[in-house]
Amino acid sequence: MSAISFQSVSKAYPSPRGPKGSTFLALDGVSLDIEEGEFFGLLGPNGAGKTTMISILAGLTRANSGSVSVLGSDVQKDFAAARRKLGVVPQELVFDPFFNVREALRIQSGYFGVKNNDAWIDELLESLGLADKAHANMRQLSGGMKRRVLVAQALVHKPPVIVLDEPTAGVDVELRQTLWQFIAKLNKQGSTVLLTTHYLEEAEALCGRIAMLKTGRIVALDRTSELLKAASSNVLRFKVDSELPKALADRARITGRIVQFPAHDALEIERYLAAVREAGLSAHDVEIRKADLEDVFLDVMTQNKDSVHGVSA
Amino acid sequence: MTGWKALLYKEVLRFWRVAFQTIAGPVLTAMLYLLIFGHALEAHVKVYDQVSYTAFLVPGLAMMSVLQNAFANSSSSLIMSKVMGNLVFLLLTPLSYMHWFVAYVGAAVIRGLVVGIGVFAVSAFFTDISFVAPLWILAFSVMGAALMGTLGLIAGLWAEKFDQLAAFQNFVVMPMTFLSGVFYSIHSLPAFWQGVSHFNPFFYMIDGFRYGFFGASDVSPWLSLGVVGLALLAVSAIGIQLLRTGYKIRS
Repeated sequence: MSAISFQSVSKAYPSPRGPKGSTFLALDGVSLDIEEGEFFGLLGPNGAGKTTMISILAGLTRANSGSVSVLGSDVQKDFAAARRKLGVVPQELVFDPFFNVREALRIQSGYFGVKNNDAWIDELLESLGLADKAHANMRQLSGGMKRRVLVAQALVHKPPVIVLDEPTAGVDVELRQTLWQFIAKLNKQGSTVLLTTHYLEEAEALCGRIAMLKTGRIVALDRTSELLKAASSNVLRFKVDSELPKALADRARITGRIVQFPAHDALEIERYLAAVREAGLSAHDVEIRKADLEDVFLDVMTQNKDSVHGVSA
Repeated sequence: MTGWKALLYKEVLRFWRVAFQTIAGPVLTAMLYLLIFGHALEAHVKVYDQVSYTAFLVPGLAMMSVLQNAFANSSSSLIMSKVMGNLVFLLLTPLSYMHWFVAYVGAAVIRGLVVGIGVFAVSAFFTDISFVAPLWILAFSVMGAALMGTLGLIAGLWAEKFDQLAAFQNFVVMPMTFLSGVFYSIHSLPAFWQGVSHFNPFFYMIDGFRYGFFGASDVSPWLSLGVVGLALLAVSAIGIQLLRTGYKIRS
């Protein structure tokens, strides 16, 4: 049985722009199975449909067609069972200003029907570095601390399936490390983890398998190691002081003065450097590095540039 | 505390944390009405035989406070959770729409009754209060508070901004409670306005409630009970339906 299963899931929203009655297709027939015990990454640019997928999974949004289940429980027909198996850390930094940390966690346990949960709440507080904040009101916490509480709230009922929607957006290094250590531990103990993130190095480091989403479709799905292998194995990276000729620029990834080319072998690298020299430019700080997930990601996203999508009447 | 009881507990704790604003404030407001109107009108208005105007006013004010605070509790809790985004904590739980309904309306009833009891407790310093038929008092206060708690739930789900909710409160709830016979017996009104008052469900809540204190009322308490009961069923059906379909909370 899959921990999380999406079967031909589509979702259209009313289009904010465009003629009245037009819709925007946020998810277009997505099918995806995540097995028990996986650490799974869901990547994609803003607006690709990641949060829509998670919202449907969590029951916050209803799919127009298709079905979604958590460990065999349909998220609509059998919503109570599905939600008991699911712990979701929402993307937005939300909190209830009326309560302190421990109260918020106790109340959340109550919603899930978990009684006398203090031992587990203590463990959560300890593991997430919140032990000294247990009696602090939610309003007094910094953004990073609020984020930790969100994680704790998602885990109060010991869900076998954990969903983290961009949990490290805008948080400091310390929290990221605390968080990932803890989540990795839960994963080792058997929990399934679904993660969306903008930090590709996190996905590369943590996720065994990755799906890439673009304009509502899955455009890549494989083991992280396979995705990395399939990409150009090396990247040529250097700095230039002026603009590259268009023919070259189109093939490069350019960040300010830094230019990067995917390259398979030494010959290709020599050709690029020669082309730069011919254009009258000089490349400095030249280095060659291994391709990472970011390269794969950009590769996949540009390959699928032509897929027409979105507004329909 | 588990399941819907946890939500009820949270909703009660929420208003209790700010009791100065949610309980003491409304009690003080009711007392000001009592002092000012009681003082100004005591000698001029005669409502029922052997009932002083101040004594007549107390149950009306108490019921008005019950109703307004029941409405305020569910509506402001929901709109705040929606605006702040923390409603998601609840949306992620296995609680069903009936659990939501019972907890939100239950907390509204509790807040309404606590404020109502507060109004009586303080009024007892100013005037003698009789309790002729306590069961009627209980029935009307609970049903009235439930009705308004449900209306607050509907308004809280519907409103997207605080000012929409304020508009609902100022242009619907306030006029209907003020024009329901809190400050006067509708028998003192011209025939036309008496007729209009009979279409105001708030009138029956307050009139029936008052019957419990004096054993006298403008219409039969059974009629009031019937009207309030039907109104409660109707708004409950709407409220439950909105929760079931996830109106404005699940897309």
